[in-house]
Amino acid sequence: MEQTLIENARLINPSSDSDETGSLLIENGVISAIGIGASERANGEALRIDAMGLALAPGIVDMRVQLREPGEEHKETISSGIAAAKAGGITSMVCLPSTKPVIDDVSVVQFVARRGREEKGTKVYCYAAATQGLRGEQISEMGLLKESGALGFTDAERTIQDARVMTRVLRYARGLDALVVQHPEDRSLAEGGDMNQGRLADRLGLVGIPPEAEAIIVDRDIRLLRGTGGRCHFAHLTTRASIEAVRAAKRDGLNVSCDTAPHYFCLNEEALKGYRTFAKVTPPLRSEEDREAVIEGLLDDTIDCIASDHSPQDQDSKRLPLPLADCGMIGLETLFALSVTYLQDLSLPQIFRKLSSNPAKILRIESGLLQLGMPADLLLCDPDKTWKIEEERMRSKSKNTPFQELEVRGLVMKTFVDGRLIFDREAEQGANGAG
Amino acid sequence: MPRNLLGIADLKVSDINAILTRTAEHIKVGSHLKGFRHAAQTTSRKNIEPLSHLSIINLFMENSTRTRVSFELAGKRLGAEVTSISVAHSSIRKGETLIDTAQTLRAMAVDLLVVRHPHAGAVQLLAEKLDCHVINAGDGFHEHPTQALSDAATIQQRKGKIEGLKVAICGDIRHSRVARSNILLLQKMKAQVRIVAPPTLLPDRAQIYDGVEEFSDMREGLTDCDIVMMLRLQTERMQGIFVPSTREYFHFYGLDREKLAYAKEDALVMHPGPMNRGVEIDSNLADDLALNLVHDQVRTGVAVRMSCLELLWLKGSRELEQPNKDKVIDFPSQTRALK
Repeated sequence: MEQTLIENARLINPSSDSDETGSLLIENGVISAIGIGASERANGEALRIDAMGLALAPGIVDMRVQLREPGEEHKETISSGIAAAKAGGITSMVCLPSTKPVIDDVSVVQFVARRGREEKGTKVYCYAAATQGLRGEQISEMGLLKESGALGFTDAERTIQDARVMTRVLRYARGLDALVVQHPEDRSLAEGGDMNQGRLADRLGLVGIPPEAEAIIVDRDIRLLRGTGGRCHFAHLTTRASIEAVRAAKRDGLNVSCDTAPHYFCLNEEALKGYRTFAKVTPPLRSEEDREAVIEGLLDDTIDCIASDHSPQDQDSKRLPLPLADCGMIGLETLFALSVTYLQDLSLPQIFRKLSSNPAKILRIESGLLQLGMPADLLLCDPDKTWKIEEERMRSKSKNTPFQELEVRGLVMKTFVDGRLIFDREAEQGANGAG
Repeated sequence: MPRNLLGIADLKVSDINAILTRTAEHIKVGSHLKGFRHAAQTTSRKNIEPLSHLSIINLFMENSTRTRVSFELAGKRLGAEVTSISVAHSSIRKGETLIDTAQTLRAMAVDLLVVRHPHAGAVQLLAEKLDCHVINAGDGFHEHPTQALSDAATIQQRKGKIEGLKVAICGDIRHSRVARSNILLLQKMKAQVRIVAPPTLLPDRAQIYDGVEEFSDMREGLTDCDIVMMLRLQTERMQGIFVPSTREYFHFYGLDREKLAYAKEDALVMHPGPMNRGVEIDSNLADDLALNLVHDQVRTGVAVRMSCLELLWLKGSRELEQPNKDKVIDFPSQTRALK
């Protein structure tokens, strides 16, 4: 029996909200003992790791990632995406179906799963398209896609605009007990827009996207969900009004959940000053008031999860006049540090609830908890270590981060998947001869 | 004086005054007019061609007649070597990116680049990548600084001052770079600015400019104004989207003598051109050159552009934009972590 014992660690358990020093034993890739008794159960051949007081937490489950493979391998590949994810403490990630070809066919789901397995790193899952070709017209083969491993259904960065189609997607998915993920943005209000509507957009001569574009779809889908039943998840909420709508729906006991991305609580629209295309994302960065609403939503648990919304773009997609530039920023390696740095009112167990246990629960995958019998998907981190974000050192193939040069707190030191050490910062730095 | 003229927003009041003063000098001696060089050639050639060693390229990636010709004449009357490129003839059509095009031009040792582009911020992007001086000749809905400076110079000539004047800017504020530049410039020069338009043509969120009054009733908006600045309605894009019809628009927002009567008795009318007669301005008023400064604006435009070329070249900062600046965001203090 293969054993690994991690000793002298701060055990961060999001489900019990606890943060206590102790040991954790892994047997055959599964957590077999936590705290008292863990050391005693370890045999003489067990691999012993002295955590030296660092925090051991359930690995991050990143529920919104674009890996660009198949189709845009010049921006990112599953391999380079995994290299970045490992270093960010991410043990599972779910990629969007907006690849080329679109993930709306069983063979593409299988391709992504196989490519992920081959890398033996972070576990790679995918959503499948909710509608064929992401066109928002006909529902995809949800049943077959789910059987082949798709974790949920979404039209990626497109919103299912047609209310009748959305009703059918929700209703059909209910029959399969499948998750529907909506990127909420009303096209008629948002189309052609460059950034958040308001004073700054007007000054810069850019076309504004009103915050109502988001709230209108959130409101509508919640209303539809009351009739259809099923599970609906809203991706990256950014405005006070839409967060308020989810808060009310949860109060009514509806099966809704939502996430946000670090840039929506770290940055506001001011980041676009000077036409910085690296800050162009969809939905757009909002006002300072909305940024505060996102933080409030995270604090009172209206917002269940934090996902990186990793969207690699190469230089040719970003070094353009802002209206012509593509949306997105990379985020796998900075997800943890930005969350720790900007959410100082949340304890570490609370942060890992947003990063690990809640997404795992919503996606229904076995991960995200420090619990006996769970796969040993873990990360060891120094939550107080400060470091500087430097794009040259990013492992992602694309370097589009607006956080360049920002000093942040929280560094992932080791990452384990099924008990295997897949990332070790010290070993890597030793190999590179760097300090 | 900054290195580049990208927008009124970057100019200090002293920069604006320097440009206006130089413009007044040109107008006084007539150096912006045709024939001046010829007449002066017999005397001292040196003084009248201060930019004779300069190479200027006008890169126009959007249609333009008056601004392009105005820049061409301005450069030529200062003795510079001027080349104009418009989009139909350029390799942009062949898929070359904006930055590549600019770097190609730069490789030919251009001293000064004048750029018009259909997208906001494009001229700034170029300026960051190039080590020559760059002038914005209009970028998307963002700014058109030399137009605003021409308007200011025209007002100063006719009214003797700008400070304290009541100026109403009327029409398609929302899509107008001329309006944006004018609002900024007039406010810097302490004029009282009003904007008058149907709400669909005003900026999206109310009261977007501090100290600018918004009106949707034109008679109210024009009351006691010294200057009425009309903007062109882009009829080809507007109908049924922002205004129901040109007929209805003219009825409520077209300038005619009846509406103009609400302004001061000596009020003057301006228009950046080209005018849509019977849409935003009554044809009869458009022809009344005693009231309407549209030709003055164009004439002054050449002198203003001469002044801008000269001052950027002679007094503009030589400092380069920081490399890699496009990736570093200046985190505003309020977006630091709460607490």
